[in-house]
Amino acid sequence: MTVEFQLNGEPVSVAIEPRHTLAEVLTRKLRLTGTKVSCEAEVCGACTVLVDGLPVSSCTYLAYEARGKNVVTIEGLEDKNGNLHPLQQSFIDEFAFQCGFCTSGMILSAKALLDENPNPTDAEIIDHLDGNICRCTGYLPILKAVRTAATAMENYS
Amino acid sequence: MKRPGDFRIVNHSVPRADGVAKVTGRAMYTSDIELDGMTWAKVLRSPFAHARIVSIDTAAARQSPGVLDVITGTDLASLRPYYGHAVKDHPILAIDKVRFIGEPVAAVVAEDDLSAEEALQLIEVEYEELPSVMEVDASLAPEAPLIHDEAYTEGAFRGFKDGRQASGNVCQYVKVKWGDAAAAFASAAHVVENEFHFPMAYAYAMEAYVAIADYSKKGLTVYSSAQHPFMVRHDLADIFDLPLNAVRMIIPYVGGGYGSKSYTKIEPIAAVCSWRTGRPVKLRLSIDEAFLTTRGDDARVRIRTACDAEGKFLARQATIHLNTGAYAENSPLVCAKAANRIIGPYLIPNVDIDCYAVYTNTVPASSYRGFGSTQVTFPAESQNEELADLIGVDPFEFRMRNLAQRGEVIYPGLRPIDADVPGDLRQIESKFEEWGAVQEGRGRAVGCSASDAGSHPVTSAMIHVYSDGSVSVLSGATEIGQGSHTVLAQIAAEEMGVPMSKVRVVGGDTAITPFERSTGASRTTTLMGRAVLEACREAIAQLMSFAAEALGVAQSALIEECGGVRHGDTQWSWGEVIEKHFKHKDTSIIGRAYLRQTGDLKLMPPFWEIGVVGTEISVDQETGKIRLERLMTVGDVGLAINPAAAEGQDLGAATMGIGVGLFEELIYDGQQLTNGSLLEYRVPRFSDLAPDIHMTLAQNQDGSGPYGAKGGGEGSLNPIPACLANALYRATGARVRRLPLTPERVWRALQERPKV
Ligand code: FES
Ligand code: FES
Repeated sequence: MTVEFQLNGEPVSVAIEPRHTLAEVLTRKLRLTGTKVSCEAEVCGACTVLVDGLPVSSCTYLAYEARGKNVVTIEGLEDKNGNLHPLQQSFIDEFAFQCGFCTSGMILSAKALLDENPNPTDAEIIDHLDGNICRCTGYLPILKAVRTAATAMENYS
Repeated sequence: MKRPGDFRIVNHSVPRADGVAKVTGRAMYTSDIELDGMTWAKVLRSPFAHARIVSIDTAAARQSPGVLDVITGTDLASLRPYYGHAVKDHPILAIDKVRFIGEPVAAVVAEDDLSAEEALQLIEVEYEELPSVMEVDASLAPEAPLIHDEAYTEGAFRGFKDGRQASGNVCQYVKVKWGDAAAAFASAAHVVENEFHFPMAYAYAMEAYVAIADYSKKGLTVYSSAQHPFMVRHDLADIFDLPLNAVRMIIPYVGGGYGSKSYTKIEPIAAVCSWRTGRPVKLRLSIDEAFLTTRGDDARVRIRTACDAEGKFLARQATIHLNTGAYAENSPLVCAKAANRIIGPYLIPNVDIDCYAVYTNTVPASSYRGFGSTQVTFPAESQNEELADLIGVDPFEFRMRNLAQRGEVIYPGLRPIDADVPGDLRQIESKFEEWGAVQEGRGRAVGCSASDAGSHPVTSAMIHVYSDGSVSVLSGATEIGQGSHTVLAQIAAEEMGVPMSKVRVVGGDTAITPFERSTGASRTTTLMGRAVLEACREAIAQLMSFAAEALGVAQSALIEECGGVRHGDTQWSWGEVIEKHFKHKDTSIIGRAYLRQTGDLKLMPPFWEIGVVGTEISVDQETGKIRLERLMTVGDVGLAINPAAAEGQDLGAATMGIGVGLFEELIYDGQQLTNGSLLEYRVPRFSDLAPDIHMTLAQNQDGSGPYGAKGGGEGSLNPIPACLANALYRATGARVRRLPLTPERVWRALQERPKV
């Protein structure tokens, strides 16, 4: 079967099998490899992408479910001129990654939060990101990065 | 030596070189790579803990659509099918028998991963079950079945002796002894004696093991998530009897390692799949399969410590049993390190340690961040705290009375302590004072450790300096997220007098970079960093002589300046010197350095990795749940090449300590691993983040690395579990000697604690 959806602002049409997960279609068929797969069990959040603005675990979300929807992956975060999204910049500035395997999912989860709640408290950030595991950093730099990005986005708009 | 404040680029938190690649998703990991004509492999795993393989019928699987080949241990007879750098006991695929549930028995190669997966179910294996041993005591029992009954073959790198002389299932036995412990115990004022248990832990690197192998007449190329590509190269060259230059290991970005990706893992399986089919083959494990590939050694430690009436240590005696699992992997070295590291940064005049790594029919144990230290610092620091209470002195004072000063020898024959550990401890003490009185229901504790770190100092580095002033650093150290490519670039930029943007680190390819023994034991900054610095100095020495020749003056008339050379009014950058030397554009020169175990690196270890931490916890008396409220780490790194990255290592390491201290444990129920998936194995999450965290760096420039640097990255893990257990004792009076400190375990201890 074929599914059509918006991917990072562009329409895509891709041949899939019903069993294909969104992560498989993104990384294997469309070769957008920024989406990372780890636990394959909706625990770690590494595979998080945004579907209609909400974070989903693409390791278990069926590609078929994305039909007609608006999918955003890490590759879709820079602006048209290639400038980094404030979250991407703040993750660099705050050393909010080491190996980077959790980073795409972490940034997209954080984006969903900031889009909804531009000025979150620390407790809200922690609560929102509790489904995203990072084995490297010990989380504090990520918390700081989300705070920094929130401020930057506020000043920007 | 340059001091903090003198540096342009070193000792500054410059942004990571891999930043943009990692935040944009452009960083390619082995799991992301697909080669032209690539096929996929899947592995059939043993359902038995210990069984003889009677027969394997692969006929139906071979007929399955898309399948190219099905490979079993018997197909490997023309190769050297056993590998292992310490002990060559590990068959690529099971031969004759299986030794743990999850052991690879057969591999299917197919055009796509689903076809390979489906064909697995068509392989028929007939097993004859053998009695199994799942725990150390069962394995050491006189009537225990032998897990390895063939001859013990030493691996290439360690020269370990056969542990099985002691008992049939002992993989390795190490004794550490000095003084006369028995006599010291007999006359001691205070003695504590207990048994401690450290859990079986899983590193959970978020990228599971993955390898892509491409075997052809020209040789073997393997893309892998390996930390030690040169060690894997050795095993692959040995298996196929290939020269070293015909085996090329390429290591793209790695999704976490923490020791779990050190040495050879799944690369031989991928390689034999490609060797048989003549096609590139990708083998990507799931996380559930990674749980079945390697883990940390769990430990039982029986330990006695004695001190005199003033609280000075007199003796320590311990018997350590490590559950090594079905294959040696790196456990012989973990065994040696556990025996060494139970001393801590203290002066103990009489020591008698026996350490056994014991084979069992469980998942093989190997390196895991901390490496023996975490296992033994828990009992050692628990007892140190108990002795402090017996003497009636404060835990800081007790430790101060026993800590080694810089230059004192804690372990005869090894390098004297190259750190100011009492100074580190005082930093924690003053933070505790700042925190004020401990609230009701909370407990606070300090913890220390000392690890003989750095591993064998064999390291080489090469730099290219180009006529346009840019610099490439060729390093065989693997960037596993620790930030080494950034740190190495900083050192080169500092030495060559160029901005970071002009330096590029080229790594992760054994065909391009010179030899580096390994990326582990916190060694990269110290050893590779030093090699890069020396390679820069060697390049500059050449450039000075080229400049003298071009100017027609003596070298002594030249002044080396940041990024170039001056003679009177003539000022040339290094790039100009190169262009003038060759009289040609786009030219380059090569600087190189080799480190060996000589000179100031003769004494092992290359450096001591010190861990000094403080924790404050709260304990829910109703549920037994512990929460980390405050954390302080002192990273005794000599000089932080990149302070933010060094602190990142400390917090990351401490967080792993919190995991294994509070909730991480692989649990076997009989022969079955019951929680081998992330659904059931609980790692620290965002909500476990302590509300109050302080990270400090002790920068006394007292290490053997560049500018006096020493490695970090494990130190802040090692004392954390002990520190949590001691804090629990301070909060509640309950002494728990088995980790992790789960709510149930703590709750029971609270019920059982002596009533006051
Ligand atoms: S890979 Fe999807 S949640 Fe872990
Ligand atoms: S940066 Fe490695 S898992 Fe988060």
